[in-house]
Amino acid sequence: MLEIDGIDVSYGGVQALHGMSLTVADGEVVALLGNNGAGKTSTLSAVSGLVRPAGGRIVFDGHDITRASPPEIVGLGLVHVPEGRRIFSTLTVQENLQMGGYLVRDPAETRRRIDRVYGLLPRLRERREQQGGTLSGGEQQMLAIGRAIVAGPRLLMLDEPSMGLAPLVVTAVMELIAEINEGGTSVLLVEQNAKAALKIATRGYVVENGRCVLDAPAAELADDSRVVEAYLGGV
Amino acid sequence: MTQIIWNGLFVGSFYALVALGYSMVYGIMKLLNFAHGDLYMLGAFIGFALLTSFSGFTATLSLVALLVVLLLSMVGTGLAGVAIERIAYRPLRSAPRLSLLITAVGASFALEYGMRIIAGPNPQVYPVRLGGSSVHVLGARIGVAQLVLIGVAIALMVTLNAMVMRSRQGRAMRAIALDPVAARLMGVDVNRVIAMAFFIGSALAGAAGVMAGSYYGSINFLMGFIIGLKAFTAAVIGGIGSFKGAMLGGVVLGLLESFGTHFLGGQWRDVFAFAFLILFLTVRPTGLLGERVTERV
Repeated sequence: MLEIDGIDVSYGGVQALHGMSLTVADGEVVALLGNNGAGKTSTLSAVSGLVRPAGGRIVFDGHDITRASPPEIVGLGLVHVPEGRRIFSTLTVQENLQMGGYLVRDPAETRRRIDRVYGLLPRLRERREQQGGTLSGGEQQMLAIGRAIVAGPRLLMLDEPSMGLAPLVVTAVMELIAEINEGGTSVLLVEQNAKAALKIATRGYVVENGRCVLDAPAAELADDSRVVEAYLGGV
Repeated sequence: MTQIIWNGLFVGSFYALVALGYSMVYGIMKLLNFAHGDLYMLGAFIGFALLTSFSGFTATLSLVALLVVLLLSMVGTGLAGVAIERIAYRPLRSAPRLSLLITAVGASFALEYGMRIIAGPNPQVYPVRLGGSSVHVLGARIGVAQLVLIGVAIALMVTLNAMVMRSRQGRAMRAIALDPVAARLMGVDVNRVIAMAFFIGSALAGAAGVMAGSYYGSINFLMGFIIGLKAFTAAVIGGIGSFKGAMLGGVVLGLLESFGTHFLGGQWRDVFAFAFLILFLTVRPTGLLGERVTERV
């Protein structure tokens, strides 16, 4: 479904990705693990069109999107929930969700999708008229994910959805992601919290210095001594 | 007293129209568009050119013709605003803020002295003059033309507000103002929406220009300079970046000026207005309605 083939990305002379390659198959939850600065966020930014790779190729569902713009990429059903949630703080919860449906031409369809999100996340329905910035961190993360769902993703990319959240809330967010995946949406999940990510992932990659150094089923990664040592804080 | 308030409201509605565009562009791009006042001037001159070329039949249907000319001038000024954004501002979108600001000053001079070359340095007499009948309300003499102009200004502002608060593109504008990257990730074509904001803001300034020309009767290539600064003041008083703030700030500034002029004399009008700018910037830089976002992390 998504194929990243040897992409290079640099920011003003500093190269962040060196021939990064990975694939996400239909229906998979793929976890991208690695330390800060390893290149996980850069990978997502390249896929969603925020930065343009200097080399390599990105193919989504048979479309070459290496040089496509973010609106084109969202239009194909590839939606990115950015690091730090980035919800629109003075827009209401409802308006934030409506922004997710920006490219959906039919207002009735947007309403149906927003209703589906409210069904999935009743807390958001209670707070629909509240400004997004007044929500708690966990609710903001739910809103960011809900907003992306309204865009109708077939592949959802999430960047550090557990960041700054209490353990119980992390569990709730991971359950939500698993639920979205069961609904038929593939997921590419960037996480520092490797333990939580590997619980819901089917497969995982370990990223170091701008490329993938390890690719294995999630269960294997969770038992791999190198991974345990580096990312799961030893056991 | 009623007369003072009325005069303040009338001038304030012009300020509000110009301040809206100022605030809109600032909100979405964090750019103080110094050329904004000159778009008001450009609108007045486009209206002037249209009215002069139609002058054969305007004498009789002045108000209807004026509204048509107003609409056409708005379109013309709006397109000019879009062109300025495309040529002068877009290439500098990721440059330091100061470069953009200096470019805006440059765009302002280009418009002013470009118009001086085209129309000459002398004031032009507007071919339509709204004087005419007036009505008496609570002791104030109110011109019918003034009423119509205020009505048009209010209609334009109400329409814009509804558009920004309810429509899909208006929502996108507010979203870009808050976080352009997140807006792009929702599929918003940021360039298109910014161009749209420039079109609307410039069109409103153009409308104010035509209205001012037909009310005061005379226009010149520097007429946008002071109004640009006044609109900026109005936007700051109301809370720059806020739509309702710009409208409120315009009206408040108009009233302040009107009272100041009455008690201190006309020569103090601008001193008074800019003293309030300084006052607000020191005491309440977020303005009357400026948004202070409470955000939990």
